[in-house]
Amino acid sequence: MSIRCRFHMEYLVFIVLLILLHGSRGEVPTRPISAVTILPPVKPDDGPQAFPNADKANLPVFTMDYPRIQIPFEITLWVLLASFAKIGFHVYHKITIWVPESCLLISIGLIVGGIMFSVHEEPPAVLSSNVFFLYMLPPIVLDSGYFMPTRPFFENIGTVLWFAVVGTLWNSIGIGMSLFAICQIEAFGVQDINLQENLLFATIISAVDPVAVLSVFEDVSVNEQLYIVVFGECLFNDAVTVVLYNMFNFVAEMPVVEPVDVFLGVARFFVVGLGGMGFGVLFGFVAAFTTRFTSRVREIEPLFIFMYSYLAYLVAELFAISSIMAIVTCALTMKYYVEENVSQRSCTTIRHVVKMLGSISETLIFFFLGVVTITTEHEWNWGYILFTLLFAFIWRGLGVLVLTQIINPFRTIPFNMKDQFGLAYGGLRGAISFALVFTLPDNIGRKQLFVTATIAIILFTVFLQGISIRPLIEYINVRRTNRNLDTINVEVHCRLMEHTIAGIEDLCGQWSHFYWKDKFMKFNNRILRRILIRDNRAESSIVALYKKLELQNAMEILDTVTGDISAAPSIVSLYRGNKVAAKPKKKFKAADLKNMHDILSKNMYKIRQRTVAFTGKHALPNDSQTKEILIRRHASIRRSLRPGSFQTTVVPKSHKYFSLPAGKSLDSKFPPGRLSYTGETLKPLLTPQHLMSPFDFTLIWQKTSFLLHLDTTSPFKTK
Amino acid sequence: MGSRASTLLREEEIEEIKKETGFSHSQITRLYSRFTSLDKGENGTLSREDFQRIPELAINPLGDRIINAFFPEGEDQVNFRGFMRTLAHFRPIEDNEKNKNAAASEPLNSRTNKLLFAFRLYDLDRDDKISRDELLQVLRMMVGVNISDEQLGSIADRTIQEADTNGDNSISFNEFIKVLEKVDVEQKMSIRFLH
Repeated sequence: MSIRCRFHMEYLVFIVLLILLHGSRGEVPTRPISAVTILPPVKPDDGPQAFPNADKANLPVFTMDYPRIQIPFEITLWVLLASFAKIGFHVYHKITIWVPESCLLISIGLIVGGIMFSVHEEPPAVLSSNVFFLYMLPPIVLDSGYFMPTRPFFENIGTVLWFAVVGTLWNSIGIGMSLFAICQIEAFGVQDINLQENLLFATIISAVDPVAVLSVFEDVSVNEQLYIVVFGECLFNDAVTVVLYNMFNFVAEMPVVEPVDVFLGVARFFVVGLGGMGFGVLFGFVAAFTTRFTSRVREIEPLFIFMYSYLAYLVAELFAISSIMAIVTCALTMKYYVEENVSQRSCTTIRHVVKMLGSISETLIFFFLGVVTITTEHEWNWGYILFTLLFAFIWRGLGVLVLTQIINPFRTIPFNMKDQFGLAYGGLRGAISFALVFTLPDNIGRKQLFVTATIAIILFTVFLQGISIRPLIEYINVRRTNRNLDTINVEVHCRLMEHTIAGIEDLCGQWSHFYWKDKFMKFNNRILRRILIRDNRAESSIVALYKKLELQNAMEILDTVTGDISAAPSIVSLYRGNKVAAKPKKKFKAADLKNMHDILSKNMYKIRQRTVAFTGKHALPNDSQTKEILIRRHASIRRSLRPGSFQTTVVPKSHKYFSLPAGKSLDSKFPPGRLSYTGETLKPLLTPQHLMSPFDFTLIWQKTSFLLHLDTTSPFKTK
Repeated sequence: MGSRASTLLREEEIEEIKKETGFSHSQITRLYSRFTSLDKGENGTLSREDFQRIPELAINPLGDRIINAFFPEGEDQVNFRGFMRTLAHFRPIEDNEKNKNAAASEPLNSRTNKLLFAFRLYDLDRDDKISRDELLQVLRMMVGVNISDEQLGSIADRTIQEADTNGDNSISFNEFIKVLEKVDVEQKMSIRFLH
């Protein structure tokens, strides 16, 4: 369907809204309501008069040609409107804590839809199949795929696939069958819906879209495993749903279903899934390879990411295989190599643009959900719809329960009841269901009923479950006792213990199936990196980490050479005003204690947040904690390797970060007995051997000085 | 020895480690394969660089201290026995062990030993006291950049004040144990090792 047909009405809608906002009278010519068919484009009355007739003597000073800019103009206005709504929510910050953004967007959409309905307008046909699937969905999926935390994801991939595939199947078939049973009851008057149509509808509504839930999970800091499973399930079950939908769609038109068709269906599922992944990986590698050669055209580097991912998506659509899987695997594959090859700025640009596009698409979709709710014709059937809600809820809960029981023995950390509750209750429906139901073929008799039912479910789950999930999760995660009763000792030592445990866990490689990972890393280092990455150096990941983070901070460090690193200007100090008196007091008042507790709880580093830090749905990854730790470590290495006496306060500016200690060359052995970190005493507490060997140190030092001096000395190769 | 054969684990060794640390057979083999995957030099011991290659440890605020805890005083290499001995501190305390006779030598993962591990993270010079400086060092590692030195100093002073009972302005191990008596150390300092 073309998007031209209805957009010309939106100019009027915007006028209406302006009127409402500014309260001024304006000319609002009413146009007749357009039918549900394609309208011919409006002929301009006052077309451009570039060449005035010979009769007219005057040159037109002011002309207007609306139809020419019509479509882009209206698209821009809608996007702006949705974005204003988003700004609006965040003005009053507390709202977004209690009400998920998707609810708010839908509400605004409802309001706008109401306005449009009252002036008898039609909404833009955004939710036509092509527009949604070709333009609005790819940015969202790219966003999810690009910022997916790969390590936890692969560690949990079995569970994720299990829930996504088997869970969706369970839900679809369960709901479909139960609804079919309900249809047999005469009282509801829906006997004309046959089994295939019920299954089709059930598939549509079992597509889970926990966007709202993810942001709640972040805020409440749920168990990392739960988070990644919900996140991954959301991504993959989109793919599964689309496959099932197409399958059932095809089947619904067939009068008789034979066993061979079921078999073919299963085979098709594998083709679709694996084919999608294959295409994605292929495009990912091609993109990585391309970026190897882009060192001279830095400005267009981000373009390649977007073009290749989109291309992967479209090619997959061409062959009717899972485009969502294609784009996700493309992003996953590409990210690792591309971020090594491109410049720092391109890296930042890519991240920002991906986030922006994803955010905008999501906003628009929820917004239009609200709008379309009011403006479509509805067919309401109490029995069918209520039972749909009931079954959706029941089957999801049952599904999670049963599936968890089966998969728990295989998991390193089994899901407990609280996790299962979170998983089941977090099954909100969203955009995909909405889009799919609109693309149902018209020959299905009760299409309107299905549309209404889908919208009802989406609204119900998003509003009710979305709003209530936060208090529920907080309630079942019983809070600890008031921490002000704890002593400072307890707070500090407990955090120390938590960091220790996190460190030991990472050391033991508890969560990774490191056998396969090691094999893959070997293959990666030997072959893939050689082909795909520009300078072939086998970096350890710690060095790569240093590179990315330190370069971003390099200029700031240059500016803040006074004191120690804690004076970096970009970090806003929260506590400058609350300085405790310089002389340590012997007596501590209760207010001071509370102050200390506050300071500690706000400023102590959190335990490694591999997942939550990277998947903020509406925010870019925040690595300031990591930066601080690494920079501090680096500086402590630098300082402790200085020869002779060392006082913190008297370090000359020029020696602070960038130059070697005077008279030292890179290869010199560093004598032991260095001074302590804080430099307050001269007792050697931590020698450089304790920190890092000379070899590794020089390697890392070389890398960072290379970055800071921006020269091109080639680095050592690690052993 | 540099030959690869010497890096294979013999049954007797597994038995000894089992007795000493309490790990099960499969846990020991699993941790052994982790040990070997970390051991890039393939000489049966780990050095500090091997640990530092683990990226998550690099961004752990206490990463260096944790690594240090694996190496006995003054040494630079740790073999598998030493590795397991340190890890044994983090084994969860099983119920049947809680009732063990005090006559048997204290298992590595007893509450006291867990607390000793944590204590040693502060007390680098092994004088059995956490001085104000040592406390400050660790505090500085654990907090962000927004705390000034004075604030941190006050927090350190308060910490010592709360714990110090004999007035020597430092925290001894017994004072450390006392101050954490209400905390569930057994659970906080335990990892579920995979089978």
